[in-house]
Amino acid sequence: MTAPAAPAPPVLSLRDLRAYFHTDAGVARSVDGVSLDVHAGETLGVVGESGCGKSVTALSVLRLIRPPGRVEAGSRVLFEGRDLLALPEHELRAIRGNRIAMIFQEPMTALNPVFTVGDQIAEVVRVHEKASRKAAWARAVEMLAAVGIPDPERRAKEYPHQLSGGMRQRVMIAMALVLSPAVVIADEPTTALDVTIQAQILELLSDLQRRLGTAIVMITHDLGVIAEVARRVVVMYAGEVVEESPVGPLFAAPHHPYAEGLLAAVPRLGDRRDRLATIPGTVPPATAWPSGCRFRDRCPYAWERCAREHPPLYRIGDGRVSRCHLAEEPERRAHPHAPRSEATHGTGGIASAERGAPGAPASGDDAAGSVRSEVLP
Amino acid sequence: MNEPTSARRSALGAPVAPLLSVRDLKKHYPITKGLFGKTVGHVRAVDGVSFDVAAGETLGLVGESGCGKTTTGRAILRLIEPTSGAVRFDGVDLLAQSPKQLRALRRHLQIVFQDPFSSLNPRMTVGATIREGLTIHRLAEGAQAEQRVRALLDEVGLRPEYASRYPHEFSGGQRQRIGIARALAVEPKLIVCDEPVSALDVSVQAQVVNLLQDLQRQRGLAYLFIAHDLSVVEHMASRVAVMYLGRIVELAPSEALYREPLMPYTQALLSAIPVPSPGGARRRIVLQGDVPSPANPPSGCVFHPRCHHPAKDAACARLVPPLEEKAPGHWAACIKQAPTTVDWAQQQAAGGTNPPSRYLPVLTGTP
Repeated sequence: MTAPAAPAPPVLSLRDLRAYFHTDAGVARSVDGVSLDVHAGETLGVVGESGCGKSVTALSVLRLIRPPGRVEAGSRVLFEGRDLLALPEHELRAIRGNRIAMIFQEPMTALNPVFTVGDQIAEVVRVHEKASRKAAWARAVEMLAAVGIPDPERRAKEYPHQLSGGMRQRVMIAMALVLSPAVVIADEPTTALDVTIQAQILELLSDLQRRLGTAIVMITHDLGVIAEVARRVVVMYAGEVVEESPVGPLFAAPHHPYAEGLLAAVPRLGDRRDRLATIPGTVPPATAWPSGCRFRDRCPYAWERCAREHPPLYRIGDGRVSRCHLAEEPERRAHPHAPRSEATHGTGGIASAERGAPGAPASGDDAAGSVRSEVLP
Repeated sequence: MNEPTSARRSALGAPVAPLLSVRDLKKHYPITKGLFGKTVGHVRAVDGVSFDVAAGETLGLVGESGCGKTTTGRAILRLIEPTSGAVRFDGVDLLAQSPKQLRALRRHLQIVFQDPFSSLNPRMTVGATIREGLTIHRLAEGAQAEQRVRALLDEVGLRPEYASRYPHEFSGGQRQRIGIARALAVEPKLIVCDEPVSALDVSVQAQVVNLLQDLQRQRGLAYLFIAHDLSVVEHMASRVAVMYLGRIVELAPSEALYREPLMPYTQALLSAIPVPSPGGARRRIVLQGDVPSPANPPSGCVFHPRCHHPAKDAACARLVPPLEEKAPGHWAACIKQAPTTVDWAQQQAAGGTNPPSRYLPVLTGTP
């Protein structure tokens, strides 16, 4: 419970990051002006659904975006006083994997199948620290032991396919942490794993974080994982940050209607609701973000202003920001209505509509009703 | 064989004949070696599974990857031929049917798959996909079939005009609705839902879960709901069966299973779920190691190498725990969780040193 009262300078800062994909179907603005700070030793959660831009944000930080994608001019990624997006490739390479490391979702595709896991970890050490072959191998074995792999000397000589999914993810973590980076970006590190293995991996990550003081950016769609590991959370929607908040206040009283809808839609253990709240409609395509607020067609509070004015990130106190005009007109929250995409079955292309039981418009109020009741514990 | 008793209790004690009854179902895959494909062992994907599903109820089947839940679902429909066992649906022995008879029966027994991207034919319009079942089972033709397709699309929350479009034009959630409409077309009594919402985002997942529940209420459908997400299953199912290494290790009414899980594996599984409420104090049981290979399962209780029950001892490695009724309607396979029919003398004879006791770690802080 240490609130970041005295703000030390962040280790990693994203400023107005834009990553666009220039395709035949148009320009997909996958990441569209994201700014966020990561402080030393903290865990920052980044949450959102498919297509919100969270993974592209992570890849952009280390310039891992391939054409037709590119990071647009004016974007900045500040790390230890330097803009990573402006560095020559060889200087960036000294940082990537060394000072900032990544853990990917699918360890089977992220590991090289033709080298032993020990070799792959040792290579990281040799490349970045010019260590001898023998010393690097010793470090690899030591690191495998640190991530809880039994019999590390033997396991180091095995190939990725010989290991289980949980073991492979441990190897990925060992590889990411072997050089004690300042920041680890973990993109859905436990999504492909079973819950009992996920529990092991999350425990391992937080334990290593305590020991090494690494900052972790945890990117996930799983609000349960966020609640468990993050102290601060960034919620993304349609390529933008829509809310940023310390984890407690966000879960207790989400401000942005998307965050509110997302939290209400999660089934929880011991939840005796008859129906789950839903967010009607689907995320619009990245090539055609709606004007004004990008969430407005799915929002139960949207009004004229939302179509007209793209909302800025409003400060809403408590170290929180929200990209919603409700910050200025909070009284409108008391009057939810059926979102547009529900009432009209969507506009432009195919949008799904949650209608369920007969009496369609009522289910919108219904959903919103359970949303409201979720806000207060 | 104490499973048959569970049959009579299946619908929470109600004396109804179950719609689907599965007994001692097994699916073993041979492991072959060498030039002549000599069989050197078996992967016991499903190893003696028994349960019932009553008309109109939802039975949840949960477990982690490789536990055999999907194989069980498919073996029931004979999409995979089971090695042995009995499957009765509406009084008919499915395993004794000829392929032709089976096709006729499948009208009442449908499946919705996990991956909405690979389970729809990309070259068929949505309408043609849904109409196929109507044609095969001669349920409707021509304009009447057209009408039915439109009504079904409407029922699953899609526009009737979408009948002329192709699957690639739809999002994951919409495709899952199409898969549901396809299953519904032939008016089944039971749908095997194999991870129907696992590939979907949370907000879309909630839409599909609500849809499945509405359809169940309106049509009196029974579901065998296979999933690894225990919170979704709790929401959907009236009873839940937990699988581990090809066996059912616990089977209970949903409410009892989540409130008081008796099998140590279920306890660990429930405690491992991250809860979306920060700071919620919870005790977590972190299991050590990985799930053993079903080609070489541990002796005795298959869970014993990872078990955290304080009374675990040598007997657990020797005796196969029966799935027994520990409380009314609440079945669990653990010889250390009292009460048990494997009496203390028997356990001692197998090297047991700790008498069975009641072990119920407090798992959740949520009421």
